[in-house]
Order: sequence, then structure tokens, then C-alpha cells
Amino acid sequence: MKFIKFLVVGIIFGIVMSKSEAISWYRIQEMFRFQSFHMYGIIGTAVVLGVIGVQIIKRYKMRDFSGNEILFHPKEKSIIRYLVGGTIFGLGWALSGACPGPMVVNIGYGFLMMGIVFVASILGTFIYGYIKDKLPH
Amino acid sequence: MIEFITQPWSWWFSGIVIVSIMFTLLFFGKSFGFSSNLRTICAAVGLGKKASFFDFNWKSQTWNLVFLLGAVIGGFISKQFLTSDIPIQIAPSTIQDLAKLGFDTPKSILPEELFGIESISIKNILILVLGGVMVGFGSRYAGGCTSGHAISGLSDLQMPSLIAVIGFFIGGLTMTHLIFPLIF
Repeated sequence: MKFIKFLVVGIIFGIVMSKSEAISWYRIQEMFRFQSFHMYGIIGTAVVLGVIGVQIIKRYKMRDFSGNEILFHPKEKSIIRYLVGGTIFGLGWALSGACPGPMVVNIGYGFLMMGIVFVASILGTFIYGYIKDKLPH
Repeated sequence: MIEFITQPWSWWFSGIVIVSIMFTLLFFGKSFGFSSNLRTICAAVGLGKKASFFDFNWKSQTWNLVFLLGAVIGGFISKQFLTSDIPIQIAPSTIQDLAKLGFDTPKSILPEELFGIESISIKNILILVLGGVMVGFGSRYAGGCTSGHAISGLSDLQMPSLIAVIGFFIGGLTMTHLIFPLIF
């Protein structure tokens, strides 16, 4: 039962991602061709409100529902892993038209072929974990 | 009301809901990052024996797997109960560009030419597998995907996330403008 709230939030995520067409391969193409404001509007709205909200949480040291202070963990400093990893991610994002969240929403939407992409993304994650120590970070 | 729900939702409404999801998860003591699930799944199927990266207490991430399950159900609910007959409104310039690559006018949210069961082919499967592998590999190498870096990370003004998002665009622009003409 303690997980039911995450199920509800996940359902809302799936609905909003599909209803706003953020799971659409075409919308990702529009974005990477700079031919529509739609995806920039979605991400931009979320980030602007996110920055404001995070500042408020930090300023007032707000707590989560179990009483612990909400902490933000700075990501480790590096350039190469973010730039190279991000670029590889971007190549795959444009090709398949979906990042991990939209992949599974698409499966629920009825596009079973997206299951191939999702399984492949698990494989890609495994390959990373397997050769991680040989990569520059 | 029904009409409001079934028509496509605007970008600003979507952005507000997505950032609300991020704050809700923070309030629940978690953080919004979807691609962590891929690592969790690797661990859950026992790949910790093959690579130490997957040897961790994956059960602590069950909440995120439940979130993933919810996302699948959300997609199903949208399709079954919340869709209208309004076709997807893609920019005419994008439709024109894609037509040159052999993609018809959009009929649904994904192109039949690539994701339709009828158009299944070795080439399409290779494209989907390669795309998925790069998303999975890249997101873990970069330490996050769109939710973890572009939404959560940028909201916290994290420089690593900005670098990752720049990477997302270097890759996405290269694929769209340089590689698409070669493969489609």
C-alpha cells in the first residue's frame, strides 16, 4: 500500500506525457528541427517553475512528508561524462523519438514496437555498467 | 469538460503538471529521474553477478518501478478513454522535411513507417535497437536522462546537468540533420 501514491503519480505522468504529445516521435523531430515551440514550452515551463520552487525549498529548509529536510545532492563535477554520455543519449533520443519515460508510456498507449526500444535501452544500460571502469568519467 | 480533457493538452499545462510531479516526488522523499529504473531492472534480473554496477539493494528503488508501471497505465488510460479525433498538429515545415525522408503525414503520435507492426523489417528493428541502446548507455554514462538532468538538474541549477543537456542537443541535432538523411 505504501507504493500506491507512486502508482498514482506515475499514472498522472503517463497521462500528461501522452495528452501533451511529449511522447510523440514527431514532436521530438519538431524540437530538433527548431520548427515548433511545443517541447521547449513544456520543458521551459517545468524548469522555470522548478528553479523557483527549488529555491523556495532551500530557503525555507522545507521538509518532506516524513519530516526530513529536502536535500539536493550536487552531481559530481566532470565534463567528459556529461558531454559524451549526453551526446550518445541525444543520438538515441532523436533516432527512437523517445527517452526512457516516454518509451513505457508509448507501450501503454499501444505501440508495442516501443518495447523493442525499451528492452534495448536496458541492454544499453547493462553495456555501460559492464565497461564503466574503462570509460573516462 | 470532456472536450477539454480529450483534446491535446497545451505545453504550459503539461510543464506545470510535470514540475508538480517533480515536487510531489521530493515531498515523498524521492527524486524525479526515470532512467534509474533501467539500472534497477538490470539489478533485479541478477546482472549484479556480471557487473558490480548492478550489485546494489535494488529493492530500495521499488517506488520508481511502481512509478514506471503507473506511467504505462497512464498511457493506456490516455489511449482508451481520453483521446479525441483531432489529429496531431505537427508543424507543416516538419511534415515537409519528413516527407522528403519518406514519412507520410502524421496519423498518430508515432510514425507507422517506423513503429507499425505491418512495417516491421530488419532495418526498422536495427534502428529501434540502436536507438534504445544509445539512450540506455548514454543516460547512465551521463548520470541521468531528460527527467533527471533537464528537469530535476536544471531546476537545481546544476552545471553537470546543463552540460548533459547540451550533449543531448549535440547528439539530437547530429542525428536529425546529418544521420537521418543517410538512413531514411
